[in-house]
Order: sequence, then C-alpha cells, then structure tokens
Amino acid sequence: MKLHKASQYALYAVLHLASDADKKFSTADIAASYDISIHHLAKVMRTLVRSGLIESVRGVGGGYRFAGNIRRTTLWDVIHEFESLDSGIDSPDDVSGNAEVVINGLDSVMKEIDGLSRSTLDSITLKTLLRYGVDNLERDN
Amino acid sequence: MTIRVLALLKNNKTAIDIGEAGAADIDAVVALDAEITGTAKPEYWSDILKRYTGSNQHMKRYFLVARSEKDGLTGFVVGEVRAWEFGSPPCGWVFALSVRSENREQGIGNLLFEALCTEMKKDGVDTIRTMVLGTDKINLSFFRGEGLASGPYVELERRLD
Repeated sequence: MKLHKASQYALYAVLHLASDADKKFSTADIAASYDISIHHLAKVMRTLVRSGLIESVRGVGGGYRFAGNIRRTTLWDVIHEFESLDSGIDSPDDVSGNAEVVINGLDSVMKEIDGLSRSTLDSITLKTLLRYGVDNLERDN
Repeated sequence: MTIRVLALLKNNKTAIDIGEAGAADIDAVVALDAEITGTAKPEYWSDILKRYTGSNQHMKRYFLVARSEKDGLTGFVVGEVRAWEFGSPPCGWVFALSVRSENREQGIGNLLFEALCTEMKKDGVDTIRTMVLGTDKINLSFFRGEGLASGPYVELERRLD
C-alpha cells in the first residue's frame, strides 16, 4: 500500500491545526509550513471540512480550525477519504475453471490483508503517530 | 502480596488508589464490564477473582482495580505471565482492561497498565502482549498509545462448524 499525496497533505493539515486548536490557520499558512502546493492542499481542506475533522471559519481573520480530539482521532479517520483499501486482483472478468479457484483464493487473501491494514491505520491516534515520528527521529540521530 | 499505587490524575485533584481486586469490587466490575460489552457475566468475574488474586499470586496472575474516593471503582485490569506457548519465553499477557466512560482521558487506564507492567517486570518478563478485536478502536488506540505494536505472533482462528 502506498499512501497518496492527498493523505500526506491531509495529515500535515490536521496535525498543524491540532498543534494549536484555538488558533485559525489559512491554507496558505499550512502550505508554506510544509512547502507543498496550495492548490492541491485547498482541495484536501474542503474534503476534511466535509468529513468534520476541521472547521472553516469565515470572515476577517478566518481560516481553519481542528474540530477533533488528538487522543481519539486516528490515522484512518484522516486518510480514509483519500485512500481505498480495496487491493483487488488484476484479472479478466470472465475467469473460469481452475483459474477461478486460484482467483477466489487470492481474493480472500487480499481481503484479509486489507482488513489488517484498516485495523492498523484505525488503531493509531494522531498523538501516537507524533510519538512514533519523534521516537524514529531520536533513533536516527 | 499487596499491590498499591497511589497517584493523582492529570487534573491533579483526584487521588487514585490502584490495588488488588477484592470480593467487594466484583459488583462494580461486573457493572462496568456489562456497560462496555453489553453482557453481565457475574460468574466469570467471580471465577477470575478466585483464580487471579490472593493465594494465587504465585501463579503470577494479577487482577487490579482503580478506585477513587469520589467515584468508587473506576477501572480494572487483568493479566498474567504465560510461558512457552508456541516457543514464546515467559511474557506478560493483559486480557482485560476497562475504564468507566465518564472517567476516561484522565490517565486511569495508563496507571492500571503501568501498575500491571511493574508487577510483571518484577516477575522477570521483558515483554507484554495483548489481543484486541480489530474493530475495538478505543482499546486498540489505547494500547498503541502505551507503546504496543504488532509483534512476531499472528492471531489465527477458524469456525468449528
């Protein structure tokens, strides 16, 4: 599984907003902090507002605010709008006979892998993710 | 053996007493478990009390509860040291941990888990394991937050139809 760029941008945005939940940040603020495309990030922000993880505050001094709980919101909560966990098998539609048995077996294995991926992503809160990041950095240095 | 941990919660106002479960705690444990799982299991918890406390401590089994003066029993944890299952050297297992919903996010689960880890370290184990339903987001994220991650063993099962 390879995470899409939109998922990474969504995590940058949510973690940035969660770093000071009382403060509002604009798309431009966040894009500048992570050196990413403001245009691409703007689309991601709209999706995050729709999913209820962040709020859009209009008017002078407006921007976005984190609307979740860093101890409860999981990685999957943030990225599920941008990812599909349907691994699937690249096979023709009209498989039959011996090939069908193999494809059915593989399909069951892929579903199991997808289930494990989903459980893992849904078990890691934003707070835990940040700790993993800090721990890895400290180990590397 | 007496296990007692006194600690202040994150609000610095509530004192929590972690200690071994006793017969007087069972009704509250059954009620808390029923609140979370939807099923009251008085016989099960009485049996756990019998097998995991008192003179059974030499078995390296632990049934700890968290109590506060204001709320009474606020949580519990149960675990034991197991050895040589499919070649695994002795390791700690935690198989139940619950905190009342109105007392969550105050650090009670962490106090219970750490008290269990402290006892198990004294027993000489260096690893603690658990098994949680893949859809049980609260417990999964709690244990992740306590530093647990996927290990070398994989849970497998089949229906006995």
